[in-house]
Amino acid sequence: MNALRLIGVFLRIGFLGETAYRANFWIQSFESALNLSMALAAIAVVFSQTDDLGGWRPVELTTLIGVYFIVLGAINVVTAPSLQKFLEDIVTGNLDYTLTKPADAQLLVSFAEVRVWRLADVFLGTGVLAVSLTLNAERVGVVEALQFAAAMLCSGAIVYSFWMMLATLAFWFIRIENVLQIFWAMYTAGRWPIGIYPQWLRWALTLVVPVAFAVTVPAQAVSGRLSGAMLAGAFALALGLLAFSRWFWLQGLRHYSGASA
Amino acid sequence: MNRWAALYRAFLRTALLEQIQYRASGAIWMIGSVLEPVVFLVVWSTVAKAQGGSVGGYGAHEFAAYYVVLLIVNHLTFSWTMHDFQFRIQFGSLSFDLLRPVHPIHGDIAANLAYKVVMLVVMLPALVILTIAFEPHFTPVAWSLAAFAPALFLAFLLRFLFEWTLALAAFWTTRVTAINQIYFSLLMFLAGRVAPIALLPLWLRNVAHDLPFYYMVGFPVELALGKVPPTDALVGFTTQLLWLTVVGAIIVIVWRRAAYRFAAVGS
Repeated sequence: MNALRLIGVFLRIGFLGETAYRANFWIQSFESALNLSMALAAIAVVFSQTDDLGGWRPVELTTLIGVYFIVLGAINVVTAPSLQKFLEDIVTGNLDYTLTKPADAQLLVSFAEVRVWRLADVFLGTGVLAVSLTLNAERVGVVEALQFAAAMLCSGAIVYSFWMMLATLAFWFIRIENVLQIFWAMYTAGRWPIGIYPQWLRWALTLVVPVAFAVTVPAQAVSGRLSGAMLAGAFALALGLLAFSRWFWLQGLRHYSGASA
Repeated sequence: MNRWAALYRAFLRTALLEQIQYRASGAIWMIGSVLEPVVFLVVWSTVAKAQGGSVGGYGAHEFAAYYVVLLIVNHLTFSWTMHDFQFRIQFGSLSFDLLRPVHPIHGDIAANLAYKVVMLVVMLPALVILTIAFEPHFTPVAWSLAAFAPALFLAFLLRFLFEWTLALAAFWTTRVTAINQIYFSLLMFLAGRVAPIALLPLWLRNVAHDLPFYYMVGFPVELALGKVPPTDALVGFTTQLLWLTVVGAIIVIVWRRAAYRFAAVGS
C-alpha cells in the first residue's frame, strides 16, 4: 500500500514538472503521430502488394502496431527515463541520497523520473488498437480480451525486468547506455510479426531482447491465435524475470560502496 | 592544394583515433543500421513468396540483393550532424570550431569518413552473414556497375550537404528533433528504404523521382543491380547534380547568416 502511494506521489511530481513545458506536449504529440503514421503507411505499402503477410491479415497487423506503440510509450514514460537517471546517479554519486531514504531503493529508482508527454504514444496506440479490434469484432470475444489483458501484464513485467537487469549492470560496468541502445535497435523489429523472421533472428528477438513477449504475444492474443501453452510460458517467464531482476539488484546493491568510498 | 591535404590528414588522424577509442558504442549503433534493411528484406521476401515468387519484378533473392546493396549505400551515405548540432550550440563547443581558420564542415566530413572506415570491422562480417543467410541474386550489368561509383559519390555529397543544411536549423530553433523526424520519414519512404520505389503507388513514385531523397540512396542501389535503363540513368545523374547545386547554394547562404547569428554564452 505504501509502495502504491509512493508511486502515486512520483507520478504526480513528474506530471507537475512536465506541465511547465507545455510546448513539449505539442512537439511530442506531433512526433508520435508522425511515427505512427509512418508505421501504418509501411503496412499500407506492404498490403498494396499482398493481402496476407505470413498468415497475418491487415487488421491484425494494425493491432500489432497498436500494441507496439502502447509498450513503447509505457517504457518511455517511466522505465527508460528513471533508469537513465539511475545510471547518471551512479556516476555522480547521487545514488547515495536515494539509498538513505526509508523506502525500497529499487522502487525509488524505478519511478524516479516520469515523462508524461510520452503518454502520447500510449494514447495513439490505444486508439489504433481500439479501431482494429472494432473492425475485427467477430473474432474477439471475452476469452481473447482476458488473454490479451494477461499477456499485456506479462509484457510489462518482462520488459521492466529486462531494463532493470541491464541497468543493474551499471554497478559493475560503465557505459551501460550503449547496451540499452541495443534494446531500441532491436525493438523496431517488433513492428512486424516475429513469426516471419528466420529462425536465428526469431531466437534473438525472443531470448536476447524480449521483443516477442513484449509485442507479438499480446497481439496474438487478440487475434485468437495464442495457445494456452504460450500464455503460460509468458506468465512463467514474467515471474521468473521479476524474481531474478530483484535478486540481481540486491547483489548489485551489496557490491555498491558509494561514490567516494 | 597542399594545405588541404595537410588539413585533411590532421583531421582524419584525430577522427580515426577518436572513433577507435569509442569503437564499442560505434559498433552498437551499427546494430540498428544493419537490422533495418534486414527487417524490410524479410517482410518483402515473405510477400514475394506469398505472391507466387515475385512482386514488382523482385523475387526473394532479388530483394536480398537490393537490401544488401542498400545496407552498404545507406551506411556509406549516412551522417549524424543533424542529430548533434544542437548540442554543439547548446554546450558551446561550436565556439572552438569557429575559431579554427577553416569551415567546420571539413571536420565533420573527416569524422564521417573515419567512422565508416573503422566500422568496416562490423560491416564486412555483417555482409558475409547476410549473404549466407539470404543468398542474394545479382545479375550485374557492366556499364551500370561502372556508373554506380560516381552515383554513390554524388549520393554521399548530396545527402551529407542536405543533412548538414538541415542541422543549421538548430541556430533558429531548439525543436530540431521534430524536423529530423520529418526528414527521416521522407527518407524512409522516398529513398527506397521501406520498399524499392517501384513498389510504391504511382503518385508517390512520381514524387520520389522529383525530390532529392531517392538520389541519396535508392538510385545508386538500383544502378548497382542493373535495374535502371540508360536514359533514366542519365536523368538520374542530372537530377543529382541539380539538387547538389541547389543544396550547395543554400548551405553557403544559410551558413553565413547562421554563423553571424550565433552568439556564444558570455560573449
